[in-house]
Amino acid sequence: MSVVVLAEHTGGKFKKAAFEAVHYGHLTAQSLGGNCIAVVVGNSDDARQLGVYGASKVVKVPYEGPFDSRIYAHALGAVASQNSAHTIVVNHSSTGKSLCGRLSVQWDAGSLSQVNSVPVTNEAGISVKKPVFSGKAVATFKIEGPRRVLSLMGNAIAPQEVSSPCPVEESAIELPDSQVSVVETKTVDGVVPLPEAELVVSAGRGMKGPENWGIIEELATTIGATTACSRPVADTGWRPHHEHVGQTGVAIRPNLYIAAGISGAIQHLAGVNSSKCIVVINKDPEAPFFKVADYGVCADLFDVVPRLTEAFRKFKSQ
Amino acid sequence: MKLLVCITKTPETTAKIAFTDGDSKFDENGVQFIMNPYDEWYALVRALELKEQAGGTVTVVNVGPASNDVIIRKALAIGADDAVRINAEPLSAEHVAANIANYTRDKGYDIIFSGKESIDYNGSEVGGMIAGHLDIPFVSYASHMDHDGSSATISRDIEGGVEVLKIEGAFVVSAAKGLAEQRIPNMRGIMMAKRKPLEVVDPTVSESKTSVVGFELPPVKGGIKMIDPEDMDELVRLLHEEAKVI
Repeated sequence: MSVVVLAEHTGGKFKKAAFEAVHYGHLTAQSLGGNCIAVVVGNSDDARQLGVYGASKVVKVPYEGPFDSRIYAHALGAVASQNSAHTIVVNHSSTGKSLCGRLSVQWDAGSLSQVNSVPVTNEAGISVKKPVFSGKAVATFKIEGPRRVLSLMGNAIAPQEVSSPCPVEESAIELPDSQVSVVETKTVDGVVPLPEAELVVSAGRGMKGPENWGIIEELATTIGATTACSRPVADTGWRPHHEHVGQTGVAIRPNLYIAAGISGAIQHLAGVNSSKCIVVINKDPEAPFFKVADYGVCADLFDVVPRLTEAFRKFKSQ
Repeated sequence: MKLLVCITKTPETTAKIAFTDGDSKFDENGVQFIMNPYDEWYALVRALELKEQAGGTVTVVNVGPASNDVIIRKALAIGADDAVRINAEPLSAEHVAANIANYTRDKGYDIIFSGKESIDYNGSEVGGMIAGHLDIPFVSYASHMDHDGSSATISRDIEGGVEVLKIEGAFVVSAAKGLAEQRIPNMRGIMMAKRKPLEVVDPTVSESKTSVVGFELPPVKGGIKMIDPEDMDELVRLLHEEAKVI
């Protein structure tokens, strides 16, 4: 009996999401029985460290090709079957979203995506929770049958160091040929991607133009945050598309979301309302965003943002 | 090209979210239902654009009761050629995907589209499940796609950027913002939609391993604290000591 977890990495480096998934797998194994086995597809740095977050062993599946949901699903399903797993865990990331549904079909399991709690056994069977209606409610789902696939929402479970490095074994699974080829990957280097960011500084139309973004970037750099923007700002090309958070853009769940010059339309809130702490800076006291914020500053952002950056600097130097 | 677009019905974006029957059912009272925006704006419109470029047909498929015909007619009014409704109350992503996959099996669709997720259950699972059933590639969160008749070049959204892929042969794709621009149905479209074929078929799968037990609303926030704009040190102190996020 075991819980099998995909530990995602980029160019060999594990993402924070990988530690979250492994730790969640460890907690799921404690709840439903068995041990937690991490799967690494391709070559990674020191995979033994996954043991620290609760993996009892790591299975490395050699693979050099591009991400292909069919191949990853095959690899995970094979490791899961060899280790008589009852649950497979992936992140609710671009990789996990491509995988979760397909894997549940290929492995003949029940599935639930974007879960944010550890599954429990009760009189109804096995149940687990996830946010629904774009974060406006939480639903408890029951999953029947002996197997399940879960994708874990980002920043929902804090990875904790519970053990020590674990053994790593190489798997000899035969993988099918890939049906997709990657032409190119275009990502911004040196920045924590939005879905993984713990601190996010976001701005909207109140900025008046792309040339004014310097103060937002300065604030973000000061606290090590990732920058984001509202839909109109991305639509008019002031900021790149991948920075757009909200219903049609990226849904995020950082610890801190600072929104400057964003009114807080319901579509924007749908992408950010699960943030742990929301700070709203807006000169319009009627801005709907104030209704869901934890802290508000009602003043001109061009005065407040540089002042806030200064205050953070002072705090950091203490 | 033979194109299939999976559409689903969701509560309107600004609908009040409430529950009945001991918090076990979504309260539909007074709620307006729409076609899931990602299905309508991006998946359906990109399929129509490909058809306009290269010829072929666009079929929409929905799993749902007769009351879903309203959104199906809207898809036909926007430009789909015909529609299929699999006559069953949708139970889960698993149930919907299995029924759609079974329906498509002998039909030879070149591309099967869905939205990136539905705005009610936010599952993002149906596309991948259909691809799994049919054993064909699946690309999620596509924000750009070109097709030259035999192969597709697709940009998919990944963390902090995009990945550009090439695929030969049939595949399933889930549509994100950027794939196309929303189209508003015109009067001619609406009139023509009434005469377009809408086939109703029986479901082939009626079980689901996953089901909802109950709903709850998230805890109400403690209310906002307004901070003096002159005193950002106070905000930083609160973020550090009270919210503990810095």
